[in-house]
Amino acid sequence: MSTTTIETVLKAPTERRWLPAAIVWVVLLSAPLWLPLVGGYTALASHVLVMGLVAMALNFLLGFTGVMSFGHAAYFGLGVYGAGLTLRYISNSTLLALLFGILLGGLVGTVLGALIARRRGVYFAMVTIAFGQIFYYIAYSWNSFTGGYDGLRGFSRQPLHFGPLVIDIQNNGTLFYYFVLAVFAICIGLMAFLLASPFGRTLIAVRENQRRARFLGIAVDRHIWLSFSISCYFAAAAGALYALLNNFADPMSLHYSLSGEIVIMAVMGGMRSFWGPLVGAAVFVILQDYISSMTENWMSCIGLLFVLVVMFFPRGLLGVLQRRGSP
Amino acid sequence: MNMLEVRNATKTFGSLVAVNGVSLSVAAGELRAIIGPNGAGKTTFFNLITGFFPPTSGAILVEGQDITRLSAQERVKLGMARTFQITEIFPELTVHENVRIAVEVGSGFALRPWIGRDAAATVRRATEETLGLCGLESKAGRSVGELSHGDQRAAEIAMALALKPRLLLLDEPTAGMGEQETYQIAGLIRRLHKQSNYTIVLIEHDMRVVFNLADRITVLDQGALLADGTPQQISENPAVQAAYLGTAE
Ligand SMILES: Nc1ncnc2c1ncn2[C@@H]1O[C@H](COP(=O)(O)OP(=O)(O)O)[C@@H](O)[C@H]1O
Ligand SMILES: [Mg+2]
Repeated sequence: MSTTTIETVLKAPTERRWLPAAIVWVVLLSAPLWLPLVGGYTALASHVLVMGLVAMALNFLLGFTGVMSFGHAAYFGLGVYGAGLTLRYISNSTLLALLFGILLGGLVGTVLGALIARRRGVYFAMVTIAFGQIFYYIAYSWNSFTGGYDGLRGFSRQPLHFGPLVIDIQNNGTLFYYFVLAVFAICIGLMAFLLASPFGRTLIAVRENQRRARFLGIAVDRHIWLSFSISCYFAAAAGALYALLNNFADPMSLHYSLSGEIVIMAVMGGMRSFWGPLVGAAVFVILQDYISSMTENWMSCIGLLFVLVVMFFPRGLLGVLQRRGSP
Repeated sequence: MNMLEVRNATKTFGSLVAVNGVSLSVAAGELRAIIGPNGAGKTTFFNLITGFFPPTSGAILVEGQDITRLSAQERVKLGMARTFQITEIFPELTVHENVRIAVEVGSGFALRPWIGRDAAATVRRATEETLGLCGLESKAGRSVGELSHGDQRAAEIAMALALKPRLLLLDEPTAGMGEQETYQIAGLIRRLHKQSNYTIVLIEHDMRVVFNLADRITVLDQGALLADGTPQQISENPAVQAAYLGTAE
């Protein structure tokens, strides 16, 4: 994906809006073919998709509703544990694990969102962190059920059965990558669909000007709550995929430090652009993978990069290209 | 029955009495101007009517229905739309998108993840109509934050109109405008009043606009009602001349 291609594409007028999406899909669909040539591996690509999905889920709230959550790891992590616990204790169906992970994170987000949505600004952010940490401590302390500090092991994603057809995502990493990509595609397709609807435009209205939104008759608190809840379902979907990717549920997946990383991915990639957070997540995950093998201090490197991006490209990596493209 | 009735509304901020026992009746189809010196409580009075905050005491009625306890967005559903003294718009969106959102919300689509082809066509038509009414067709595709001050004010009025309100409240629509822009906005308000028969309450500091447009004028001073009457009565009222018109010149 050369920079010049993206620039020319994004410079194009509105009739060619589909081109960035087309590029993203071609890159993602062909990833298993070219990844080995550049020293990558499919599990890394799956990891990028998972973090891309949670960053885009956060950005549904942050970039398209204008509300910051510093606790999104909680709903991601609940998705992780929901899927892991399902496979460990309830059923050996991968799809059921995915579903239960999504429901656990999504429903908890919906309930807590109702309490959070009335808060504004720094109070909103604080409450999201506080609620987030509760689940971290539960997972951390409940040794017998969640595996506590060591995390939950003893489960493994299972092949998919469609009648006589068996897709072995358990042992074939490439097939699993395409499974993750399919779930990713459904999730972000839904997000794009919602954002292009009258409901989605009310969220953007809330982002742009809450006072104006309120005096147009938009119930601002309710729309923030809905956006928060929707965002939590998608974050939980990413979490469930993460559990399936690693066959492991880590309490750190609930920790607020991960919440911070998700924010960094979204902001670094560009929270005003739909695909920005995916780019941010790709940069983050790939850097993490390469740099952490060289130095303990990989987080400082990412922190430095983040500061540079925020200082010189406040609209993020993709945002800067879009800005240049707009008349 | 009056379109709007305010009974004895009072609003205090700590020890400051911003609105002090003001009553007001606006008939359907009337254009009412509210005037008064800076700090008289005009904007606060609007905030009470539109539900920005609740009154300390008193009651607000729309077409006989007591709305004192309703939220701002419930009042919008009853047909109330307002603009602000400091323009409130969606700055990063285009003029068309600003008005389209207002049309969609006004049509009850705020929670709809999908609308049919016909509804979408109706929304588009209503959006274009409203843009045309406010003279914004040629700027529809531009980001509203990039427009001139006057066009931004017009866009905010367009958003209020897009709600198809029965009661339109405009807070100093010509504030900060030059001659030409003031003339255009005054013309728009006149058309809305005379041709489309809107009921309008208008806070305005430009006396030419007020005396040209208003059916009746309400004068506030230090939070209290000073006078209420036709433009003729107001211009002849000695208390008003002393307290306001005299000092304004
Ligand atoms: N939210 C508020 N909190 C405290 N004081 C306020 C508030 N809104 C208005 N005031 C005060 O109320 C008085 C009336 O203000 P306002 O209604 O804006 O006057 P006007 O619109 O006639 O210029 C002013 O003294 C102002 O400082
Ligand atoms: Mg005022």
